[in-house]
Amino acid sequence: MTVSLRIFFIGGLTAYRGLINWLSPWIFFPTLIIAPIFQILLFVFIGRSAGTESDEFYVIGNAVQYASIPCLFSMTHAIAGERYQGTLTYILVTPAGRLPLFLGRALPVIVNAMFVSAFSLLVSALLLGIDIPVSAWGPIALVIFVSAFSCTGLGLVCAGIGLRVRETAVLNNVLFGLLLVFTGANIPLEQMPGWMEAIAVRVPLTHGIQAARDLAEGASLGSVAGLIATEAVIGAVYVFLGYQLLLFMERESRKRASLEVA
Amino acid sequence: MRVIRLLAVSWLFHVKQLSRSSFDCFLAICWPIFFATVAFFMFRAGGDPEALVYASLGAAVMGIWTATSVSAGSALQRERWHGTLELLVAAPTHFSLILLPLAFATSAIGVYCMATTFIWGRVLFGIELPIEHPLLFAISIPAAILSIGALGFLIAVAFARYRSSWALGSMTEYPIWLICGFLVPLTLLPDWVRPISWALAPTWGMRAIRESSTGGTPLPDVAMCLALGATYVAIGVVLTETVLRAARNKASLSLT
Repeated sequence: MTVSLRIFFIGGLTAYRGLINWLSPWIFFPTLIIAPIFQILLFVFIGRSAGTESDEFYVIGNAVQYASIPCLFSMTHAIAGERYQGTLTYILVTPAGRLPLFLGRALPVIVNAMFVSAFSLLVSALLLGIDIPVSAWGPIALVIFVSAFSCTGLGLVCAGIGLRVRETAVLNNVLFGLLLVFTGANIPLEQMPGWMEAIAVRVPLTHGIQAARDLAEGASLGSVAGLIATEAVIGAVYVFLGYQLLLFMERESRKRASLEVA
Repeated sequence: MRVIRLLAVSWLFHVKQLSRSSFDCFLAICWPIFFATVAFFMFRAGGDPEALVYASLGAAVMGIWTATSVSAGSALQRERWHGTLELLVAAPTHFSLILLPLAFATSAIGVYCMATTFIWGRVLFGIELPIEHPLLFAISIPAAILSIGALGFLIAVAFARYRSSWALGSMTEYPIWLICGFLVPLTLLPDWVRPISWALAPTWGMRAIRESSTGGTPLPDVAMCLALGATYVAIGVVLTETVLRAARNKASLSLT
């Protein structure tokens, strides 16, 4: 148990620091501080131009949705990146439990995504003069945490795919784009065609975004508990799928001697 | 003549090379499609068909900038990874003549996106583009591409000494989309932003494309766009000298 906890917390953090060592301030600041704020401003102004939703709608939607960048990219690289560093074989030959080994890396990813999301929400709200009640910030932080967890689950699926596919950056960008379209960050679900809405309610972030919007409008935490729980369940499903995929890819790569191929 | 041949052959070489990269093609074709889709939904909800045409033209040009900002921003870093930067700098040809076709190639790749976005808007959202002045439209597009490529060249030179130049290039993506009025009329932006918009060639390239499409007078915009593009190239050439001199002085070209 102690060993598993050590692998989960210390191993996870060490692996994250080792594999995401490229995330220097020169990359972090432009991509995770400046870019989300401008994405929010872009959609706020498009919204004003189109005369559709309020500024608050786009600020919250895009701030939560942008958590997907660290969740997808970092989670994928925190596992698939082992291959590029030539350490994947050593990792997979260890007797360490796969659950703490893989999931431990998700924790720093979630913390980073929470920071990115919360910071862009705070700065954009200040820039655009959006009034979010002080009492709502705590529950919104919880929603951001659950949303980041949920999206990290999807990142885990990408990590599994990344054990066999070379172009993980393209894959992550595609998923980011799909989440932009399908999560309701900018398009209200009721304006989507039925098939899009059916996808929207099954992807990470959709329910989190809705919950954050409700909280900002003064709803109580209890009244959005269902949305938060749904988001958490969706996250758990993706984590399960991602974990199973990682185990499958590990087995397959042993069978086919394709661990270092891709 | 030798310079023209060098520019043409290099441009073709880089277009071919970029066309083989799944990441660059994704950036050029798919990435702006996601944003275009969201914008189409938003403008359609607004109920103004003219706004949809406005968005369709803007979304098409967005792709050119996307293809340019990341690829041109990281152009020198890529040469570093390939181990060819020192060789290119040491070549008797002026380095800006090597970099310029690369920047123009990145923006030319954006043509893929223009085509895809127009087709996407037409097929999925039923957006019919009115091209009132086909000839001027055909002039406006290369003018916009050239000016965007020139801005990419300037960025490539300005970020030459940063390892993470791709991130800095990528950082400029949303601001340029917003400030140059690709999807949002400049009148909606704060007054202090407008002089910045006017100093950016893509603003005029975008205006030229819109004017030629809707039956306005695009030629002044084309002229402004090309003049600004030429200014960027001139600044870039001077900056190349400065950057290379500093890199030689400090032996920091390879950034190792």
